[in-house]
Amino acid sequence: MLTPAILGLLVFFVYPLVANLYYSFTSYDLLSPPRWIGLRNYTYLFTQDPRVAAAALNTLWLVLIMVPIKILASLGVAGLLMKARRVSGFWRTVFYLPALVPPVASVVAFVFLFNPGSGPVNAALRSVGIAGPLWFNDPQWSKPTLVVLAIWVMGDVMIIFLASLLNVPREQHEAAALDGANAAQRIVYVTLPAIAPVILFAAVTGAIAALQYFTEAAVASGVASGKSGVYTKLSDVMGYPADSLLTYTEWLYARGFGSFQLGYAAALAVVLFVVTAVFMGLLLRRFDAFNPDGRS
Amino acid sequence: MLKASIAATAVMVVLAGCSTASDSGPQPEKDAPKDLSGNISVWWSQSDREADEARTALEGFKALYPNVKVTYHDGQSDEQIAKAIATNADIDIAISSGPDSLGTFCTSGAFVDLAPYMKRDKVDMSVFSGAAKEYTQLNGEQCSLPWLNNAYGLYYNTDLLASAGVTEPPKTFSELEDLALKLTTYNADGSIKTLGFNPLMGFYESLPPQWMGTVNASWMPKGEASFSTDPAWAKLMTWQKDFIDKIGYDKLQAFTAGLGDEWSADQAFETGQIAMVLDGEWRVAFIQDQAPGIAFKTAPMPTADDNADAYGAGYVSGSTAGLTRASRNPEAAWAFLKYATMDTQALVTAANLLKNMPSTEASRTSPDLTLPEASDTFLHIVSNPYSVTVTPALSGSAVGESVLKFMQQFQAGDVSNLQEGLTKLDSDIMNAIELSK
Repeated sequence: MLTPAILGLLVFFVYPLVANLYYSFTSYDLLSPPRWIGLRNYTYLFTQDPRVAAAALNTLWLVLIMVPIKILASLGVAGLLMKARRVSGFWRTVFYLPALVPPVASVVAFVFLFNPGSGPVNAALRSVGIAGPLWFNDPQWSKPTLVVLAIWVMGDVMIIFLASLLNVPREQHEAAALDGANAAQRIVYVTLPAIAPVILFAAVTGAIAALQYFTEAAVASGVASGKSGVYTKLSDVMGYPADSLLTYTEWLYARGFGSFQLGYAAALAVVLFVVTAVFMGLLLRRFDAFNPDGRS
Repeated sequence: MLKASIAATAVMVVLAGCSTASDSGPQPEKDAPKDLSGNISVWWSQSDREADEARTALEGFKALYPNVKVTYHDGQSDEQIAKAIATNADIDIAISSGPDSLGTFCTSGAFVDLAPYMKRDKVDMSVFSGAAKEYTQLNGEQCSLPWLNNAYGLYYNTDLLASAGVTEPPKTFSELEDLALKLTTYNADGSIKTLGFNPLMGFYESLPPQWMGTVNASWMPKGEASFSTDPAWAKLMTWQKDFIDKIGYDKLQAFTAGLGDEWSADQAFETGQIAMVLDGEWRVAFIQDQAPGIAFKTAPMPTADDNADAYGAGYVSGSTAGLTRASRNPEAAWAFLKYATMDTQALVTAANLLKNMPSTEASRTSPDLTLPEASDTFLHIVSNPYSVTVTPALSGSAVGESVLKFMQQFQAGDVSNLQEGLTKLDSDIMNAIELSK
């Protein structure tokens, strides 16, 4: 009965995982047979790679800053939508709609909106006497601008929060109110515990997505650098500006398919897998909801 | 323990079995066959209009070999080409957009050594320019042939130069800088309105290899990184930094950020926002198409003041065409490769349509070549024996990436000690290459 599932697991999960682990100990360019080099890839990764630290720190920034902000914004908007009495369907659609825009299209649109010279955002700021920043072209602003984009496309998370908020029993709020709890206390002691599993879900999926963040950063770098044509290689613009948008998976891809160092790319993937597993373990331990007994 | 060892061995065998087997690839027959037939598959980076035009240029092959059917796979990146060869797919000829991946393609045997075919058919490499010969081989092994050349020079807006009372393009760094500063205008708030020349590295085609000839710098001589020991690089970077500081790094960044995409009709030279720009020969066609009203001319890139003898030369690169080890019809594929890269009429037609530089001397001097006058500069650069190119490296694009990144950091003021930084750059490059060995 379980054979198809086990077979699928072996072929599509276990084999790639073991193969990746094996390749991480080899020098492999895709075109020649892999050659065993022991820990050489890992030594290079931890002691010699000049850009992996920047890529890892950028990715960590996205996990620690972008994910929580997106969750808070989604939760906030869901809370407001829950209270909307008139045309609530319209507002839900409006806030959900951006999530349907393909990531590449949304990034291109944002880079044009935030273009320092010709974009409407800085034009609006100029009209009130404010010199806007360079947004995607400034290493200090490029990641925060991506956070704005992440908030804009929060519809997928927001709709789950909305469903869970609507599911919180009204009686519990009424009972808490009768006990003298104010609005803030009801949120902390009634709403949040009730939706904790959903917050956990959003945090886990958000963190995993941030650890694998690629498309948005790559497209933003390409378009903002003024080199987004088919003739431009990813490696020419990757990380622009000043490596501030260089993510771990971009670096992994560049090493694997730009330099044909697939053994090294496999080592990067192994480290990403371990970091993700450790991070998820820590995250899950922090949430009481993960424990069936409700205790950590 | 025994079971664990057996299991581990089995896993290794499975993994090794799934990996690519390397073989010596096809070998030429003793004599070149007279009649060729069958199918060949060409994978190339060309796409859309360019692919259609390139196919038109190669139509003549059908007349020569009517029994050989050629199938083209458009828009193929080096990554896709590598995957196709690794999986022994139907790929006889691969035409890569540049020499970046040639190091891997050659050392792995994915592109076969053409020497036996060339020796048998008495193919003479002297028909190509020195630069083209250099970027199509690795350590003396001729594993690809050049198909069309790219050359880089200076485009200048004659109206904007005339407004400053200048009719001739700058020939030295001093002249370029003086003229650029003269042509730069500012808005009331101090921001740049129009720029004479953008010295920021990474701007459009302004990449490290494109500049090396201007200061007589070397690029990975004998496969060794020498950016710290070749003083020309420090000289180039110092001049560029001084130039940038005269305008202001932040002002340049803000101005550059607002410019249009390099490949769009909003490209800054085409809109008149920049008076002079370093670009490839293809820009002539782009201007004709996107900004026919702009008055412009082309010239070789200015050189460092103490390198004036090199004026007229430039950076040359181009597509690299190889015969793959996966070829099922190598003799027909070799015939196609020879035709595409050496037939004068095919190259002239391709150059006329694509506005690239034809890669043999005979095609560059052919009376049938109808390139616009502005392309003459680039024809001369390709033929110039002092023109330079980059030799393919084992680590693919890693060398160019590293150098560009370092130069940008230096321009941004993030490098406190240039010499120390260059030494670390050399070390980083060699470490990356070592990892690929």
